[in-house]
Amino acid sequence: MVAFIVSAIRLGMTFLFGSTGETITEKSGHLNLGIPGVMCVGASCGCFAEYLYLTAAKRSVEPILAVLIPILATLLGGALMGLIYSFLTVTLRCNQNVTGLTLTTFGVGVSDFMIAKTGAIYSKGSKYFTAALPFADDLGWFGKIFFSHGILIYLAIAIALISSFVLSKTRIGLNLRSVGENPATADAAGINVARYRYMATCIGCAIAGLGGLSFVMDYLHGNWEYCIDAIGWLAIALVIFTVWKPNLGIIGSIVFGALYIASSYITGVSFASKELFKMLPYIVTIVVLIFTSIRDKKENQPPQSLGLPYFREER
Amino acid sequence: MAGMGKTKHSRIHIVKREALPWYYRVGVRALAIVAALIVTAVVIMLLTHKNPIQVYISMLKGAFGTELRIWSLLQNIAILLCISLAVTPAFKMRFWNCGAEGQVLVGCLATTAVMMFLGDSLPLPLLWTVMLIAAVGAGIVWALLPAVTKSLWNTNETLFTLMMNYVATQLVAFFLKTFVKNGSGVLPPMPEYGLPRLLNKDYLLNIVIVVVLTVLVYIYLKYTKQGYEIAVVGESENTARYIGINVRKVVIRTLVVSGALCGVAGLLLVGGTNHTISTTTVDGRGFTAIMVSWLAKFDPLYMVLTTFLIVFLDRGTQQVATDFRMPNALSDIVTGIILLFIIGCEFFLQYKIVSAKAGKENA
Repeated sequence: MVAFIVSAIRLGMTFLFGSTGETITEKSGHLNLGIPGVMCVGASCGCFAEYLYLTAAKRSVEPILAVLIPILATLLGGALMGLIYSFLTVTLRCNQNVTGLTLTTFGVGVSDFMIAKTGAIYSKGSKYFTAALPFADDLGWFGKIFFSHGILIYLAIAIALISSFVLSKTRIGLNLRSVGENPATADAAGINVARYRYMATCIGCAIAGLGGLSFVMDYLHGNWEYCIDAIGWLAIALVIFTVWKPNLGIIGSIVFGALYIASSYITGVSFASKELFKMLPYIVTIVVLIFTSIRDKKENQPPQSLGLPYFREER
Repeated sequence: MAGMGKTKHSRIHIVKREALPWYYRVGVRALAIVAALIVTAVVIMLLTHKNPIQVYISMLKGAFGTELRIWSLLQNIAILLCISLAVTPAFKMRFWNCGAEGQVLVGCLATTAVMMFLGDSLPLPLLWTVMLIAAVGAGIVWALLPAVTKSLWNTNETLFTLMMNYVATQLVAFFLKTFVKNGSGVLPPMPEYGLPRLLNKDYLLNIVIVVVLTVLVYIYLKYTKQGYEIAVVGESENTARYIGINVRKVVIRTLVVSGALCGVAGLLLVGGTNHTISTTTVDGRGFTAIMVSWLAKFDPLYMVLTTFLIVFLDRGTQQVATDFRMPNALSDIVTGIILLFIIGCEFFLQYKIVSAKAGKENA
């Protein structure tokens, strides 16, 4: 049971990075369907950087650098993808859905390519990410559940809490939400819509990229699997499930993680029914989506201009 | 440059263009493709240190090298075009159906199930009819759910249809693990129940069906009352209501058409091509179709061109990857780059950049 919860948390944090990033992006009015691609690129940039660093450092590996360098590379890779997306949708005013889907194709290609070039096993680097707090083992199940994780897990929770605070309590957050709800009004109030959309998308993509890194380096112990894009779609689903609130995302992501792996831990489930179990996160998301749209409560809705472009001249 | 044209003090601003002559529109797109090809050649050159001319030759060989490859190219065009035709009516109505992947896959599943369970007991022509009905029905159900919730409660259709894709994938995985006797999860092909072969060519029937569908969808969208209603709802729902169009009815009816065509694509994929099913049978084509349709501005005749472009790139770069010992992912990268360029070039077709002093600059 403890092992199940620990696994659910570790997988859940992958979703949490993705959904926090996507929530920030969506709050600016961008429905970025490129997130699966962004997470792939984030993961492969991080792994690639780790590979380069470990090869260069040989024996004298500094654990702190071995964690920091991949994280920075991932942030950079993710932000670059966000920059491509924003340049096309904001500056060149392209359709968001089409741009996002293309970015996913491109991102999956780029990451598969990079991985094929370096080999798909990064277990050497992974141990720096999964290093637990020293006193975790002394505290029994309590320690296992709360303190046995690697650095990325705590980073995910910290980022979600900070994002939630910035979005709901600060002026920047208020401006960002107004850009996503009604860009014309925001523009009239003197908010630079384009700058907010660029910034939110790039930051969001950088955070989402960390989700890919966390999936490979933490959850998979450095053994690359070609399914990060599927994880990315679930992260987008999680945004809906948590009704655009990153702090709810912390719990939501663990629920998703648990649903995703439940079939492997429940005994007596047949080989075939496991596949039906894996359907659960998607079905739950659909139910939440329909339910929130029926209730039509203001604060649980997607940002009003989600997916819509904004051109001052066409207002 | 983030605030280009939007900040108060910017020197340039962006204005919408009048409609352009056709040669200009074609020219800009051709330029974008050329620019993209140059960028990809540079990328490939940096990665392989090979002469780009060799790369292009290898691409052409991959697509047209042998008779078999040409048939396979045409077959892939037919399937992708069929899915693109399916998503088009919905998109024209601004209903963002990102669920073609799932809708086609359940079509495949229904076809496979009929072949497996009724194959022995029905005469072939009747079997084919049942396959068609099952595939179309399954596609319709998968498309109808998001359409109904959209028209009743305005549920976000992009997200709903996306989720349905994965429900379909898991359903197929479940089906395979339940009904494949040896437990391997791989279903051996059942060519004996496949659709008939025309003139003894494997894929000719698929191609003929898709050609007919292309013409039909073109006529449906351009010359029928229903097609006109779709266009009006897409332009403005308020206008549509004002002139007495029942928007709910149009949304649901259009998604039935869309889902049915996805079902047909599923039938062609299983009944006319693979004769079996796996979770990756559709292979992302449901998403590629969205780009095909959008790039062609929802015009079925242009879609023939855009489908050709994408399938050619895919086949060609796969050959490049094999010839130069590169990972297969190369084809995704190249397709991605070229699509990003084409998407970006639309800007220069719709807008022009004007300096604030009213002196005109070339875009």
